[in-house]
Amino acid sequence: MAAAAADPRTVHSLQHNWLVRLFDYKPFLIFICLLPAAAFLLVFLSYPLGLGIWLAFTDTRIGRPGSFIGLENFVSLLEDRVFITSVWNTLLYTGLATFGKFALGLWLALLLNNHLPMKSLLRAIILIPWIVPTVLSAIAFWWIYDAQFSIISYVLVDVLGWRDTYIDFLGQPWPARFSLIAANIWRGIPFVAISLLAGLQTISPSLYEAAMLDGANAWQRFRHVTFPMLMPILAVVLTFSVLFTFTDFQLVYAITRGGPVNATHLMATLAFQRGIPGGQLGEGAAIAVAMIPFLIMATLFSYYGLSRRKWQQGEAND
Amino acid sequence: MASVQIADVRKAYGSTQVIHGVDIDIDDGEFVILVGPSGCGKSTLLRMIAGLENISGGEIRIGPKVVNDVPPKERDIAMVFQNYALYPHMTVADNMAFSMKLRKAPKAEIEERVGKAAGILGLDKLLDRYPRQLSGGQRQRVAMGRAIVRDPQVFLFDEPLSNLDAKLRVQMRTEIKELHQRLKTTTVYVTHDQIEAMTMADKIVVMHDGIIEQMGAPLDLYDKPVNLFVAAFIGSPSMNLLKGRITSAGFETEGGVVWPIGERPANADGRPAVFGIRPEHIHLDPNGLEAEVVVIEPMGSETQVVVRCGGQNLTCVFRERITAKPGETIRITPDIKVTHLFDAETGKRL
Repeated sequence: MAAAAADPRTVHSLQHNWLVRLFDYKPFLIFICLLPAAAFLLVFLSYPLGLGIWLAFTDTRIGRPGSFIGLENFVSLLEDRVFITSVWNTLLYTGLATFGKFALGLWLALLLNNHLPMKSLLRAIILIPWIVPTVLSAIAFWWIYDAQFSIISYVLVDVLGWRDTYIDFLGQPWPARFSLIAANIWRGIPFVAISLLAGLQTISPSLYEAAMLDGANAWQRFRHVTFPMLMPILAVVLTFSVLFTFTDFQLVYAITRGGPVNATHLMATLAFQRGIPGGQLGEGAAIAVAMIPFLIMATLFSYYGLSRRKWQQGEAND
Repeated sequence: MASVQIADVRKAYGSTQVIHGVDIDIDDGEFVILVGPSGCGKSTLLRMIAGLENISGGEIRIGPKVVNDVPPKERDIAMVFQNYALYPHMTVADNMAFSMKLRKAPKAEIEERVGKAAGILGLDKLLDRYPRQLSGGQRQRVAMGRAIVRDPQVFLFDEPLSNLDAKLRVQMRTEIKELHQRLKTTTVYVTHDQIEAMTMADKIVVMHDGIIEQMGAPLDLYDKPVNLFVAAFIGSPSMNLLKGRITSAGFETEGGVVWPIGERPANADGRPAVFGIRPEHIHLDPNGLEAEVVVIEPMGSETQVVVRCGGQNLTCVFRERITAKPGETIRITPDIKVTHLFDAETGKRL
């Protein structure tokens, strides 16, 4: 220190505050910068997920701390007909709704990709079903599907005269399921359409012109140019859409609450029904945990679907 | 192979007319280049031949058939796009075979034709690659291969070389010309580069603002440009154009310098005009006009010199090497056999 004191410049560099030196230390800096985000994830994602998984292996009820019971919840669920129905419902709901959303969404995207007057306005309008809060649109659909005041029944019976009786949309299991699927498709189309439209716009028009000169008709241009070029984004959007639909809760809970007679319960709504109003936290958690394998499958699908295709990666960079 | 006839063809977008009645006759096997500055309508005209744009008026024939209302795929033409428009998800071989696969041609025939085209273009080893894995020049060749495989009536090229670097452009220019000499397919080629036009074409069509300024063999356009636009457009470095008037002694510029000229129109004394002389037609001459050297650009084979003469800058190209320094005076004279005179008002050749 004596030598250092003799040379003011050395003093300056040596006597850097320990705090300053600590913050110059890169690993520490990385740790500090990541901390808020990591804490956030830990508290709001990992902890609830971990707690949920733990609860699934206990017999916890509201107001009574449970004890570990192993796989008992899952074993009893396997014999639970309502749970089995909810699994099939979820698969049917996800399958049909995703198919509907993609068929109609792709069609809409292809239409919007053409030169239309007031294109931006149309695109904005398309987004409306997606912007409206789910519960709000669910209430609208509840009204549309009402047994007495349904506008669909009114049009079919009183205006067109195609039917003699009003349709009981939500009172019977199958009509109720299809009604929910229709509502979900309506809500999901904008996301698919806008995402695919973005994908379509990255395809160079000269590719279509080249295909046209090569002798491709409209279908062949779709089949050999549009579709393969859209595949990467299609895989992403498909994965997201499957995940969102599989875990859907709001629409079903707001329109049917799982009725009639538990016929339209999805796994998410059943988990909530059993866990919160029913008070069986352990059982509800077990139902929610049972969704995880399905979601992992969807994620794996996305992992392979998303992996860049050979034609997308190249040696030449430009 | 077929001839192409373009008769009084017009194109309008709404009320804006962009092509005002164009007539071009293209013989069977001819290599025609449409050249002009950007926005002159040359690409639009090409796209109308291809069927990618509607024809607002007039008639286009390919062979004996009027194709105005024939869809592109039935016109039997192949086009090479500026950005090549290769299908990125197909290999080189699939790109070239696509049109034949659509026609459901037998596999053996597809393989044979693709192999042959690949052989002509030196793509044999790249057939399994994807377009992303190719260099610009290779992609260009694949785009041409795709056209060759089709064996069409007419090849259309839309600025095919403008995305390549300068050296590759010169090389591909030669390759395209050689290809045409070999296949003898009628070709219409669009470019804004007059050097490409001069070097490759059998016939050049100079377009400007939707009309044809001049049409003819490259050297005819070079030797006898019909107006100021063509005079300035064809040739590199471009022709020196000096304003002034014709006198009995020659051509007197606004700066008062009198240039000797060759043939002059009758009764033209005192007439305001534009005098044109190409840089390569100015020679050093001890008895010539005095000119001050401004810039010297030695190229090795020749020397390009910008001089100031009568207050105006002129570009000269000399075969000999120049020792003069900027600021010094040299004496120059035009080759009077190849001077040009244009009307000052209309810009037409006198």
